Amino acid sequence: MNTEALKDLLFRLADDDLVIGHRNSEWTGIGPVLEEDIAFASMAQDCVGHAQSYYTLIHELGEADPDRLAFHRSEKDFRSCHLVEQPIGDYAFSLIRHFLYDLAKQVRLEALTQSSYAPLAQLADRIRREHKYARMHATTWVRQLAAGSDEARLRLQSALNEAYPMALGLFESTDFTETLAAEGVQPAESVLQSRWQQLLEQTLAGTGLSLPGDFDAAAYMGGRKGYHSEHLGPMLAEMTEVYALDPEAVW
Amino acid sequence: MVRPNPTREQVLDWLQAVKDPEIPTVSVVDLGVISEVETGPDGVRVEMIPTFSGCHALGFMQIHVEECLRAQGLEQVEVKVNRNKPWSSDYLTEAGRRGLRAHGLALPPRHADGPDEPAECPKCGSTRTQLLSPFGPTLCRAIHQCGDCLETFEQFKPV
Repeated sequence: MNTEALKDLLFRLADDDLVIGHRNSEWTGIGPVLEEDIAFASMAQDCVGHAQSYYTLIHELGEADPDRLAFHRSEKDFRSCHLVEQPIGDYAFSLIRHFLYDLAKQVRLEALTQSSYAPLAQLADRIRREHKYARMHATTWVRQLAAGSDEARLRLQSALNEAYPMALGLFESTDFTETLAAEGVQPAESVLQSRWQQLLEQTLAGTGLSLPGDFDAAAYMGGRKGYHSEHLGPMLAEMTEVYALDPEAVW
Repeated sequence: MVRPNPTREQVLDWLQAVKDPEIPTVSVVDLGVISEVETGPDGVRVEMIPTFSGCHALGFMQIHVEECLRAQGLEQVEVKVNRNKPWSSDYLTEAGRRGLRAHGLALPPRHADGPDEPAECPKCGSTRTQLLSPFGPTLCRAIHQCGDCLETFEQFKPV
């Protein structure tokens, strides 16, 4: 099995979960209602836990330990997509981002349970079980708010128009996409994207919300190759501030 | 005098003393997070799995398991965490389920993969209950409300 290809995939999985986990944690203390404050904090904790498990697999392939991978890499070495890097914006943006991201995560995890790389297949099965609560949270709130006032629907639609083109960066191909598919590690990104698209359309049916038809997603590509939005650098600086004070400290 | 190797059953019996730090009525054994125990001339090797991947309590449980076994006079003790193996609420033992109830939590259904069942209110026993939020004070608990006695309560999530 091609180890470089495996690491490429694992870094994308880990970095996306770490970065969106950190972003969602920014709602702690300022959520619109107490339950949502707790929900975003909990989903952050779940995602950071999933990132830690992926970093552990990377470590077992010969890279540095999980803490070092999370807190001691340059921005250029991150493989996160632009969607997860965006600031939290308003609640509608964070909710729609969570919705788009977690439906994509579901599609990917389902495929990865069949991966030819056994440790990843097993981990995907574990995460898939935990992940049903994030999925339930996203679809419940999107449907409920879309059935609410005109303003709620308008805000969700405007967040969807903004976030959907960014979400396409989740499925950006890399130099290893074909190798990973040929070796049965993971289906091609284009295959996962079309499954996600279908799931999105099914889930949004009857909500009055629609996916934007006119957009340019090119500006949101590059994350998988280390070309990030302007938001990742400042976020990493803040996230790693304490670790950077003394990288050798024992906690 | 050389102490004989403990059996697997003996190790599990000792580990009944190690409790979930957030649910002190349930031991790590009854929580289902001790996934393997190997004993032999080279000592004791224990493998643990997290309930939820992001659970903070796991690191403490790992330390407490090691301390517990060393307190029994074992010198060769290895406690490792396997983050890949799935955990399920189906791994809870009957004693584990009683411990959750004693802590005031509603139980998950016996088969996490089965049809969704309403949680049973721990205060009045009604099943006319509603999920308020899938996220609660810890990753393993959801918040429900009883339609009869109106109590808001926590359920140990089915996974």
